[in-house]
This record gives sequence, structure tokens and C-alpha cells, in this order.
Amino acid sequence: MNRHAARAAPFIADEARMHWHDKAVWHVRSNRDRAVASVPEWEALREIAAQVKAHTMSHLADYLETFERNALRLGAHVHWAADAAEHNAIILSILEQRGVKRLVKSKSMLTEECQLNHFLEGHGIEVVDTDLGERIVQLAEETPSHIVLPAIHKKKEEIGTLFHHFLKTAAGASDPKYLTEAARGHLREKFLAAEVGLTGVNFAIAETGGFVVCTNEGNADLGTSLPRVHIACMGVEKIIPRAADLGVFLRLLARSATGQPITSFTSHFHGPRTGTELHLVIVDNGRSGILASEAHRRSLSCIRCGACMNTCPVFRRTGGHSYDATVPGPIGSVLAPARDAARYASLPFASSLCGSCTDVCPVKIDLHHQLFLWRQELSSQHLTPLVKRLASRVGSLVLQRPWLYSALGWLTRWFGRWLPRALLYPKFNAWGRHRELPPMPPESFRAQFRRRRA
Amino acid sequence: MALPELPTRGQRFEDPPAQFAQSLASVGGRCERSPNLAAVRTAVAALPTVLEASKVASLIPEVHAGNVPLEQIEDPHALADVDVAILRGDFAVAENGAVWVPGAALGRRQALPFITQHLVLVVEPMDVVHTLHEAYARLRFGGPGFGVFISGPSKTADIEQALVIGAHGARSTVVFLVG
Repeated sequence: MNRHAARAAPFIADEARMHWHDKAVWHVRSNRDRAVASVPEWEALREIAAQVKAHTMSHLADYLETFERNALRLGAHVHWAADAAEHNAIILSILEQRGVKRLVKSKSMLTEECQLNHFLEGHGIEVVDTDLGERIVQLAEETPSHIVLPAIHKKKEEIGTLFHHFLKTAAGASDPKYLTEAARGHLREKFLAAEVGLTGVNFAIAETGGFVVCTNEGNADLGTSLPRVHIACMGVEKIIPRAADLGVFLRLLARSATGQPITSFTSHFHGPRTGTELHLVIVDNGRSGILASEAHRRSLSCIRCGACMNTCPVFRRTGGHSYDATVPGPIGSVLAPARDAARYASLPFASSLCGSCTDVCPVKIDLHHQLFLWRQELSSQHLTPLVKRLASRVGSLVLQRPWLYSALGWLTRWFGRWLPRALLYPKFNAWGRHRELPPMPPESFRAQFRRRRA
Repeated sequence: MALPELPTRGQRFEDPPAQFAQSLASVGGRCERSPNLAAVRTAVAALPTVLEASKVASLIPEVHAGNVPLEQIEDPHALADVDVAILRGDFAVAENGAVWVPGAALGRRQALPFITQHLVLVVEPMDVVHTLHEAYARLRFGGPGFGVFISGPSKTADIEQALVIGAHGARSTVVFLVG
């Protein structure tokens, strides 16, 4: 059983660490709030962004073809991949045809989704993640726990130990500035030795055939301006129609992600640099299935800012790894079941449905509605645990019958007072594992209401 | 669903250059105002990063002669030891402290603004737009080419949210608005 709650258990067991993580992630959310408050037209921008995305998704095939035509005109090579295996095979063949072995990568959640690193390493390619957070989790043989802050689950002391082992930093050193400097030196060597630079794509512009990559570290730029081959991997949903749309999306992206007004480097690539090659790999890997679903189509509008994770009370207290999906948090819990409903059936329940994710989403994805929809779909497919389904059935039965509700209320007040703990908190009562029932009131609300009105 | 009209303008600032300076400071960069290139030349010569530099790569001879023969460089790896790079930006954006650096002037040396230890950008004549909407209204992406918005120095907060300036790229970014 691959359940979110079970995977979250070890994370929650270390209470101090859970609170530390909660605070660290909430800090990012607070920065976002400050940045958003400085833009008076924020809500209008969200609305336009949502409309641009909705329009693009309804004409996706056309825009993709336009993008391909224009990218080819600019001298790029365009490859289409139906799934992760094709994506990985295309990249390997580009590397093998050129006889190259050393690749530097900037952040790309798509390549995480396709598990490109392991695949290439299995074929003797050296893959170096150059985003500092990604390099940390790569050295630790972990996966990112957050799409914007891949190593937010790690303490600086742990990173210090890791760097001491791999980068020969001083034993016991944990100063972030010192560790970052060590990584800078180590990765400079990798950048200078790289034969291929691989990046993700934040936005691909249909009308121009170009694309935009955003980083704070400048690693995408160092990784692509030195080697002779640039490979850029993108999901089909990264398309925007016009260059001017960037004015809207870039105003939203970094503010939502970290509270910065824009990332330090926002690079616009149109065709290869003189004397070099540019390969675009456009990947479906299940996205067209989501596009076909009217109920879940809007989840493809995601621009991967991570704001829904930072605000989510469940994500903050359970950590990204508990989701066991490339993209965790509310948006991940909507996207993952579309990929594999049985495997990710617990994720839509890893939410309090408080709706905070929907409020902060810069492209207005109705996340908590989507989560609620998934709960219904998974229940009707019998992919949820039996206890949950039975409880829902009983709840529905009772709430539709006021007399039954009132009778059960009376019984609960009585049993709640007199039943032994073992019977009130049995093993299958997940709710009671971390919570105590309130003291049972002497009479129901309805009785009190009647009495006071009289 | 129809493609919506885009806003042609967003929020307005009373004093865009002052707002630019403030935005740039908030992302770890620094803005200086200069009346002309000669004044920039004096200011650049006095920058500690320039005083300590052994390799200065300049694409603006009026500001600094530089000692890296940029025209002769074919392989960008030769730029690995550049301490300070001095180049032009087209215009600045008040809301976010970004400067548009077109790749055309860089050519094969596209790595320069990223590989250098310190970066000096000169926007001459001073040209500051309020928001990105106006920025994209003027940018044209007709043919092949590269361009980048640079907003302050390279940075990371990947270790316990502690902001560290100088992740991979420039450890400092100074922008001169001229005029």
C-alpha cells in the first residue's frame, strides 16, 4: 500500500523537524504575499493568464505545430516524444551520435519525471545537476522534495556532511555561504568540461519559435553558453501563443514562487548560437490524456511556481517526499492520479480542502475543486480504502435523514461519555490517532437553540 | 475560448529610474546614475571589483579599455578567468530591476555575462520602462538570436533559505543609468 499518510509518518515523527520545515516553507509563502501586494493589477493578471492558458490548451495542436515550424526556421532540431522512454532514447541518441559523455543539466522537472539521470548514467553518461538544490539531492541520491526548492527538506548540517564527503569541505562546516562557494567551485569545473548542456523550458513561444528559461543561479546560461550542444526538454503544455504573453506570465511567476519580482536570469533562446546545435524535445507523457479530460484540463495550465505547495498545510507538515511524485503538493496531487490512478489514489486526500492553493495559484487552477473531483472519481473506481468508502456511504445515509442524525447525535453524546478509550479510538479510527474528541456536551445544538428561542 | 487582449501597460511609478534602483537593490544589485559615459568611466575605475581585477572584458571602450581581446576569442571557454565584464544593456525595467541584454553584441561570447565574476551593465542613454508589458511591446524576436533579462547578481537560497549572492554567475551586478 503506497499511501501518503504512511509515507508521511516518519517525517511527522520528528516533531521539531516537522515544525522547522513548516516554518521554512511558510516563510516563502510570506515572501510571495509581500511581492503580490506590490502589484495592484495582480488579480487582473491572474485572470488574463488563466484565459491565455485556457485558449492555448483548446488550440494546443495548432500552437505546437506553429512552434515547431518557427523553431525549425530558426535552425533548431525538433524531436517529439510520446512518453518518457522515447524522451530518454532521443536524448541518448543525440549524445551517442556525437560521441559525448559529459552533460550538465539545469533544473527540469520533466527530466525528473522521465527519470533521465538514471537512464543516462546506465549508459555511461556523466550527468551533473547544476542547480544547487538539485546537486544536493543528486549527491544524496534523493529526489527533489519541492519543484522550486529541491533541497528544502535538508538541514545545512546534513548538506555540510554531504559536501565534506563529496567536495572535501571542512568537517563540520555548515555555513550556507561557505557551502555554496564550494559548490560554485566544483560546478565551475563541470560547466567548463561539459560537452552538452540540457535545460528545461519555462515558456515556449509559438509565434516566434523561441523559448524562455528562468534561473536565479545563472546555471542554465553557463550550461548552454559553453558547450556546442544545447538540449531543451519541454512538456507540450509549456506553449504560449505570443512573446507579449511573457509580460503577464513573468510578472506572475517569480513573485508567486519566491517573492522576487523576476528571476535573476530570464533567458530567451531563439535558434542555436552560431556554430552550435539546439535540440528541442517536446514530450507528451500522459499530458494529452489530461487535455482530453474536460474536468482536469485546467491542471495543464500550471507554470510550476510552487505557490500551492508553500501554502498547503499538509505539504508543509509532511514534506515533498511523502507524495512520492515528481511534482508534490496540491498540483502534484491533481496531476499524479491522471498518470496512474491506482498508484496515486491517496494523494487527493492529502489535503484539507481549505482552498488556499486555489487562492494563490497565479493561473487560477481550481485546485481544491480538482482534488475534490478526484476523490469522487477514485471512490467510484473503488480505488480508495474500504473504510473510507464505507464511512462516506454511512455519512451520506445519515446526513440525508434528520431523524437519524438526531438519534445518532444522542447516542454519540451518551457513548462518548461512557465508552472506554479502546472502543472510541480503535485501530481503524485514523481521525483519532492524533486528535482527542471534544468533551461531550450535555445537549445538542438543536436542543439549545430551541430552549433559547423559547 | 478566444485569446484575450493583453494589457499594454500596468502599474505606473512616479520616478521609474528611482524605482528601478530600489528594485535592483532589493535583489542584491546596485544602480548608479551618471550624467555621461565619461562619468561612468571614472566611477567604474573606482569600483573595488575593477581595482582588484586582473582580467577586465569590456565591450564599451569609452568606459574601460579592458585587457581581454574579446574580438579574437573564438572559444567561450577562454572567458573562464574574466573578473569583470562591462557591457551594454538596451533598457531597464522599473518594477523588477531587470536590464535587457541582447545577445547580438555578445556573439560567440554569449557566456560573458554569466561566466564573469562581476558584472557592470551600462544603459545609455537611460531608458527605463515601468513594467514588463512595455518591455515586450518593444522587443522583437524576428530571427535567430539570444537575449536575457538580468536582474541583479546570481543567487541561491537552496541551503536552508539563506540567501547567498554569487551562486554560479556574477557575484555582483552594478547598473549605470546614463543621462
